[in-house]
Amino acid sequence: MIIADRKPLEEIQEMIKDCSKVMLVGCKGCVTVCNAGGLKEVQILASILRIARKKAGRPLEIEERVLERQCDPEYVEQIRNDYDQFDAILSMACGVGPQFLSEAYPNQKFYPTVNTKFMGGAVKHGIWEERCAGCGTCLIHHFDGLCPIARCSKSLQHGPCGGSANGKCEVSKEIECIWDIIVRKKMEQGRLEDLRNIRVAKDWQSARDGGPRRSIREELVS
Amino acid sequence: MSENGYKAGSNLEKVLKAGHFAFTGECGPPKGANVAHLKEKMEHLRGMVDAINVTDNQTAVVRMSSKAASALMVQAGLEPNFQMVCRDRNRIAMQSDLLGAYALGIRNMLCLSGDHQHFGNHPQAKNVYDIDSVQLISMVKQMRDDGKFINGDEIDVPPKFFIGAAANPFADPVEYRVYRLANKIDAGADFIQTQCIYNMDRFREFMKRAVDMGLTEKCAILAGVTPMKSVGMAKYMAKFVPGMDVPEALIKRLQGVEKKLQAEEGIKFAIEQIEEFREMPGVAGVHLMAIEWEHKVPEIAERAGVLPRPKLDG
Repeated sequence: MIIADRKPLEEIQEMIKDCSKVMLVGCKGCVTVCNAGGLKEVQILASILRIARKKAGRPLEIEERVLERQCDPEYVEQIRNDYDQFDAILSMACGVGPQFLSEAYPNQKFYPTVNTKFMGGAVKHGIWEERCAGCGTCLIHHFDGLCPIARCSKSLQHGPCGGSANGKCEVSKEIECIWDIIVRKKMEQGRLEDLRNIRVAKDWQSARDGGPRRSIREELVS
Repeated sequence: MSENGYKAGSNLEKVLKAGHFAFTGECGPPKGANVAHLKEKMEHLRGMVDAINVTDNQTAVVRMSSKAASALMVQAGLEPNFQMVCRDRNRIAMQSDLLGAYALGIRNMLCLSGDHQHFGNHPQAKNVYDIDSVQLISMVKQMRDDGKFINGDEIDVPPKFFIGAAANPFADPVEYRVYRLANKIDAGADFIQTQCIYNMDRFREFMKRAVDMGLTEKCAILAGVTPMKSVGMAKYMAKFVPGMDVPEALIKRLQGVEKKLQAEEGIKFAIEQIEEFREMPGVAGVHLMAIEWEHKVPEIAERAGVLPRPKLDG
């Protein structure tokens, strides 16, 4: 899923400093699962913003909503009736949400309240970690399902580099060296020969080439 | 291979091909356009080494470009070993720089992944890593031997480099290190310069495996030596430099002498190492990285008995 973290409060307050009535829209998708922008987070952020503005003597009216998904035009329609009744709309979805909203409602202002970080999962309760870089040409079958593009600090395809020590990356002792894990797994399974080859330079055209990338499923296009 | 039997015809290649024990040095370009400072540092190495590594923004700190500093060496009649890292350039810029470096008379190069920008003075920078060090080796070899860019297009006068790569026998997983070395040799490395060696037992073991795998017949391995200036330096390297193995015995040895004699003790250890490397099966030379200590290179070379350096023509 897509992992996001809420932006610092001051940054959000700065965005809406001239507003007196805003809508705060959460999303029931990924940001609900990673506790960044679901119903609970909408309620908490709305309360904090209201209290802060009340204290400052400039009360802020906030309408709380949560959409099924903000990355789908069908659900984005759910605010059609009253979207224009607010000075601005804050989205708690990932970076996709504010854009779908902005495209659907050209005459309204939309602001993000989270920093969208990566595609990953929960490695422990409350800790999420990146697993996929979305490079568009998956290579992980060569590495027993582990991705050096997303997880090696240098995206090396022939690791580990000379900075790998005790299973940790040279960048930080907090970072696992994914190449150490790949190599050890191959060694344990007696398949080290899998790594005795030279991979051709990766074709990055599928990664970030020429505007937003698209996925077209012909059988679904009407 | 060219008509004269050399791949690139650099002095380093000739020295190794003639069977001499190679001796290379290193010179970090200045943190500015201070040509006088660079010249002063590189002059210490004249006649003392077969080639001088010119580092490419090492530790991710901005310095004069390795290509420009290498070209200044060529102009001064010294032989550079032009280092290139994968951190800062994509394949377009790399190939362009390789053409430029060759046009400027540079004939050796060293292919590296590069220290992560996190270590340097621009940690906010976006890194590139379009290709990695193994793919860089392969690309330089293809340009030289096939006369083709990485995309397969023909090159009008291909650049011919003597291709170097790095190996760290002490990084983890240790058992895998010799395989990664083998991959670099398969990709096209003509010579290898290792990370600084302090743990001689572990390096002997690494070399034994390299010899057993037949790697030393395909590629010249130069053992990396960096003399310790003090106990503080030894402790720092042991603790903070990833993938560095500084045995406790060496730290104790340096502690065992007066502070003002620690640098001399470090040099003595380096000279003992060089003497052992000359006898060690599979070791084709030494790469002396006297970091900000270039003026000590003549003394170390003299005392280690590697002078005079061979002079080869044609």
